[in-house]
Amino acid sequence: MTEVRKIVLPGEVLGDSKEKKSGYGTFEEEGGVISKFIGIPKETHDYISVIPLSGVYTPKRQDKVIGFITGVERVGWVVDINSPWLAFLPVSEAVDEFIDLKKTDITRFYDVKDVIYAQVDNVKRGDIKLTMNTPVARKLRDGITVKIAPSKVPRLIGKEGSMINIIKDKTNTVIRVGQNGVVWLSGEGVKKAIKAIKMVDEKSHIIGLTNEITKLLSD
Amino acid sequence: MGMKSKEKMIVEGKRLDGRTPDEIREIEMKVGVIPNANGSARVSFGRTTAVAAVYGPRILHPRRLQEPDTAIIRCRYNMAPFSVDERIRPGSSRREKEISKVTRLALEPALFLEKYPETVIDIYIEIIQADGSTRVTGINAASLALADAGAPMRDLVVGLAGGKLDDTIIIDLCGKEDNYSVADIPIAFLPRKNEITLLQMDGQLNPDEVKTIVKNVLNAGKKVYEKQKEALKKKYHK
Repeated sequence: MTEVRKIVLPGEVLGDSKEKKSGYGTFEEEGGVISKFIGIPKETHDYISVIPLSGVYTPKRQDKVIGFITGVERVGWVVDINSPWLAFLPVSEAVDEFIDLKKTDITRFYDVKDVIYAQVDNVKRGDIKLTMNTPVARKLRDGITVKIAPSKVPRLIGKEGSMINIIKDKTNTVIRVGQNGVVWLSGEGVKKAIKAIKMVDEKSHIIGLTNEITKLLSD
Repeated sequence: MGMKSKEKMIVEGKRLDGRTPDEIREIEMKVGVIPNANGSARVSFGRTTAVAAVYGPRILHPRRLQEPDTAIIRCRYNMAPFSVDERIRPGSSRREKEISKVTRLALEPALFLEKYPETVIDIYIEIIQADGSTRVTGINAASLALADAGAPMRDLVVGLAGGKLDDTIIIDLCGKEDNYSVADIPIAFLPRKNEITLLQMDGQLNPDEVKTIVKNVLNAGKKVYEKQKEALKKKYHK
C-alpha cells in the first residue's frame, strides 16, 4: 500500500471560520469552513482551501489552454477549450497584419479541426475570449492530444516543471500542457509519454509519484 | 398501499427477509463505474440496484432552456425493462417522469449551480434491478456520481425509505413489503444539518407515526451516509 494524501469530501467541516478564512473549494456556514469537493485540503496561514480531484475546467484570465477549432465565423473562430462553454477567437487577436474581411477567407489562418495553443483573454460569465497575442501561442501541427482532469495539471507539471521535464527527457517528445487539461504530444516516445501522463492522472494523490514515473519510464 | 395480504408479513419480530423492523438491507456502493461519464456510481440496497451517471456541467442545447445566471439540472430516472418480474414497457411513463422530477428537486439544494451559468448538469439514473425503495437508491447513486464528477456541493444527499407494515413501523422496505404496507415514506436529506429535501407519503398514517418514521429514517440514514463516504474514499485509497 502506497502512502496517500488526506482526502476530504463535500460537506466535511474543515475548520472554524473565526480562525481561518474559506479559500478556493470551500464555503462558510454556521461558523465552519466546509469543503465543496472531493479533494486534497490545503491550509495556509489564514486560509483553508481544497484542491478538487475531479471536475470540469473553469476558464480564468491569462490561462494558457489548448483548443480545437470547431467553427469559423465572419470575424473569428469558435474554439472548444474543454470547458462548459465554447470560446471565441477574434481575427484581430489572432493575426498581426491587416485583413480585409470582405476579400479574405479566414480559413487560410485557422480551419476547423486545427489545434491551437492560446491564452484566455477575458471571461464574462459564459462569454470567453481567446488571444494569440502572446509569445507562446501557436498552431499545433501534427502530434496527438490526450485529456486529463484539469485539476491535476499542476501535478503533471510538478514543482518548477520537474515532472513534465522528466517525461520530456526520458521519452524524447515535445509536450505542451494546457491549463484546461488537454495535453499535446509529438515525437518518438509518444506512447510511453501518454502512459506516464495517464498514470499521473490516476494516481495524483500518491506521495512520491515522481519516483514511480521515473521507474515506469526507465523500464 | 391498498393491497391486503393473507399471510402475516411480520412474524415474531422478524420480517420476510429475516430483518428486524429497524434494520436496513445490505448496502453496496461503488464509485467510478462508467469511464466515459464525468462521474458515476452503482448503489445496491439488497436486491435493488441503481446506476447513476453525471455529465457536465456542459453546454446546454437547445439554447432557449439556458438560464443566464445559473446552471440547470436535467435528471432522468429510468427503470430497465428487465428490472422487475414482469417486463415493463421501455420509455418514460408517468411514474418515471414524476420520480425524475422529485429526484431533481431532492438534489438541487445540495449543489452550487450559480458558478456555471448557461450550462446543464445531466444526471441519468438507471434502475437495473428493482426490489422496493428504488427512488431513494437512485438518489444515493446520483449523490455519489455528482461528488465523483467534481460538482461543487454543500453536502452529500442521503436517501432512505420508512413505512408501516401491519402495525409495525419499519425501515428500508423491500418490494413485497412495499406492495402490502399500510404506508411508505421515501425521504432524502442532507446529513450535516438534517435538511430534508424529499418527503413523499403513500398511504395513511397519523401524525405521530409520521414523526416516528422521519426520526427513524434520519437516524438510520447516518449509516448510509458513512457508506457513501467510505465508497468515495475507496476510489482513491486502493
